Amino acid sequence: MRKAPPRFPKGRFYVVMKDRNGEGAWSQDLLPAQGPRARGDGELRERLVEMRGIRKSFPGVQASDGIGLTLARGEVLALLGENGAGKSTLMNILAGLYRPDAGEIHIRGERVRIESPRDAAALGIGMVHQNFMLVDSMTVAENVVLGQRGLPFVPDLRAVKRRILELSARYNLSVDPEAYIWQLSVGEQQRVEILKLLYREADILILDEPTAVLTPQESEELSAVVHRMRGEGKAAIFITHKMEEVMTFSDRVMVLRRGRVVAEKTTADTDPKELARLMVGREVLFRVEKAPFTPGEPVLELRGVSATDDRGLPALRGISLSCRAGEILGIAGVAGNGQRELAEVVTGLRAAKEGLVSINCVETTNASPLSIIRRGVAHIPQDRNQVGAVGDMSVAANLAMKGYRSRPLSSGGIIRPSRFRDLARRLIELFKIATPSTETRIKFLSGGNIQKAILAREIGACGSLLVAVYPSRGLDIGATEAVRNELVAERDKGRAVLLVSEDIDELLSVADTIAVLFEGRVMGVFPAAEADAERIGALMAGMEEGGKRT
Amino acid sequence: MELVTSILAIAIRAGTSLVYATLGEIYTERAGILNLGLEGIMLMGALSGFATAYYSGSVALALLAALAVGAALAAIHAFLTVTMRANQVVSGLSITLFGSGFASFLGQRLGPISNNHRLVGLSGPRIAPIGVPGLSELPVIGALFTQDILTYALYALIPLAWFYLYRTRHGLNLRAVGEDPQTADAMGVDVFKVKYLATIAGGALVALGGAQLSLSYTPGWSENITGGRGWIVIALVIFAMWNPARAVWGALLFGGINAVQFRLQASGTTIPAGFLNMLPYLATIAVLVAMTFWESLSKRIGAPAGLGNAYMREEK
Ligand SMILES: Nc1ncnc2c1ncn2[C@@H]1O[C@H](COP(=O)(O)OP(=O)(O)OP(=O)(O)O)[C@@H](O)[C@H]1O
Ligand SMILES: [Mg+2]
Repeated sequence: MRKAPPRFPKGRFYVVMKDRNGEGAWSQDLLPAQGPRARGDGELRERLVEMRGIRKSFPGVQASDGIGLTLARGEVLALLGENGAGKSTLMNILAGLYRPDAGEIHIRGERVRIESPRDAAALGIGMVHQNFMLVDSMTVAENVVLGQRGLPFVPDLRAVKRRILELSARYNLSVDPEAYIWQLSVGEQQRVEILKLLYREADILILDEPTAVLTPQESEELSAVVHRMRGEGKAAIFITHKMEEVMTFSDRVMVLRRGRVVAEKTTADTDPKELARLMVGREVLFRVEKAPFTPGEPVLELRGVSATDDRGLPALRGISLSCRAGEILGIAGVAGNGQRELAEVVTGLRAAKEGLVSINCVETTNASPLSIIRRGVAHIPQDRNQVGAVGDMSVAANLAMKGYRSRPLSSGGIIRPSRFRDLARRLIELFKIATPSTETRIKFLSGGNIQKAILAREIGACGSLLVAVYPSRGLDIGATEAVRNELVAERDKGRAVLLVSEDIDELLSVADTIAVLFEGRVMGVFPAAEADAERIGALMAGMEEGGKRT
Repeated sequence: MELVTSILAIAIRAGTSLVYATLGEIYTERAGILNLGLEGIMLMGALSGFATAYYSGSVALALLAALAVGAALAAIHAFLTVTMRANQVVSGLSITLFGSGFASFLGQRLGPISNNHRLVGLSGPRIAPIGVPGLSELPVIGALFTQDILTYALYALIPLAWFYLYRTRHGLNLRAVGEDPQTADAMGVDVFKVKYLATIAGGALVALGGAQLSLSYTPGWSENITGGRGWIVIALVIFAMWNPARAVWGALLFGGINAVQFRLQASGTTIPAGFLNMLPYLATIAVLVAMTFWESLSKRIGAPAGLGNAYMREEK
């Protein structure tokens, strides 16, 4: 189904990383490490970036432990690594947001000190951050020119808009320059991020998990843009957890583990399996084992449910679904077709305008979240930073947040911090959450580890129904595997699982029943065993069974 | 007609100091810094303005002194909250406590020996209202043209402040810093510099508002000359929804209420002054309620999202 983007000749000349100890003989060293600059040489590509012996520690973690990295003009380097391996940290150092403790950075052969994002921008370095760096209450055009060097005192926003439209036409990134950021979908916001780089004519692009929140179509668009920019002589460092993207996007792969480079490969010489092994340090099964499907009584039932989204527009239009004990009901659909609202209505976070929700035969339409939690419903929300975790509270407190009302975490209304810590230690161990301590404020964990913590808490608190919205988004493959196995384990224990995902492969391998949502309507419900990717894809695009578009 | 014109004239005169302070605080808050030191800064502005005028005889010097004192006090606030990352509420309140206490202390020490070292009861140079020939004779709008130089300056300052905030590079940076300092930083805006400058410039304007009181509106120094205006300004900023162009309406409303109150009291009314003073706050609450009703409205013109938070680069 997916078309491979056009390929440019793979970088034939790449350089080995030398880490601090001079180790790192994993690939051919074609340029002498200190050799003359290759600029202008028809054969050798100019070396745009060279980082040497980069070290950076945060309280309790060595996030970069002597990392070396090079990037040549016209090259796309994929940076792989588990959650918390230090990918974002390294890139934030290159982008001037973090100051390294030690190490050197050379840009186009010159040794530089990057003290601030401003310095980085002046060197042609642009970064798309893991979480959007956009000012919500400003327009696209304002966001694009914000902080721009050489901007006149009174910026000519009309000219800016023209240029944005020009760029969006050229790179096929359509977006309205006058729209406010808060009005845009996640995919459109990502386009704005890319437009910012293009507008600033950055030629060293850092893309930190840009596809984590994108639909497959949007990811493809992005891949086309990246290839196009590479063709124009720019270079990119691309972080992703999706192996197929590594294979299609990159010329070269570098794998980090615990702040060190553990491997470096030409993309053409490797395969997803090997990369996964290098990343996690063990074999990763891309398949989940499930017990035979023996559904019980319906746990969750929805009848004719309608609801509106944050902007007051209809998001759910008469949804009827049921999810039985021991069943994983997969909700397929392109993001923004009502999935989030569906999960929120079920968990009591959003009011249903019409229809009926019942859990274990008790009506819970518009009941309070607490009363729904008390019915044994657990929720892994889409927006983990806002709804899933309290950033300024400790890991232990975040993990205890569902169970603190009752024993053993509290007794007689008084919480017991030592029990919090015991619970935290157990869950950290069980779910392999990388954190310096149980008392670290959770916002300091890497994105993937925050997600794991939420998952650990919710699965622990689940009594009868687990609502999981994009649970593997942003997770590394080891963690993704663990999450999928946990979901299946819950199902095998006889719980009902409502799984929202955009990843068709995930749905096909995990779910028992698949329902496709499109514009707030259920387009079809069928057993996963009878489904195929093609059919789901068509329904997701709004084609009726039989091929007609609604 | 006569009555309306005169009430309007008083309203504008009473509102001028509020507009200066409101503009100052809007700029400060737009950078994400809440400065509750307003009352103290206004008092210090009023005191330094009057004392300078009294001894130098120069109104221009007096205004400069007020600006400098306001800037200095605000710089302390900026240092504490931006560099030291102290709690903004605590720092602001300390500045108010310090400013009011220190102003009252100086008011009893800076005066001439003849007046027992006190400034109270002295009269010094003042900024007198100047009528614009012709225009000041007009009914109603004439009220706009019988004002002092500080008020006339506002007629230019308000549109300029608006233009600066919404149309210039600095204004763009300022708004971004107040909304989302992390993004602004990542985009190459010098967050520290912007926060410092906005806080200091804002403080200077606030002090100017104070000086307008002691040099023009109620010339001379008296204890608590501001009468709690610093607190009212905090409400007016919300009322203005952080938009300089709207600052004038809240200030006029409050000034108008003041003016009407004078008239009413002169005519021996039974409505207590405290009740009338409460009205701007009621209006503010009404605006807040309206803002929560129109959620989309509050997204665009609500409080700067980063208001009150300290920002540090390597802290998430
Ligand atoms: N600002 C910070 N303060 C404290 N610790 C931090 C900070 N930023 C990162 N860390 C820690 O450094 C380590 C590396 O984090 P980093 O964000 O670089 O991981 P990552 O490889 O990008 O992971 P992910 O795939 O989850 O995004 C983690 O253990 C994280 O907790
Ligand atoms: Mg990261």
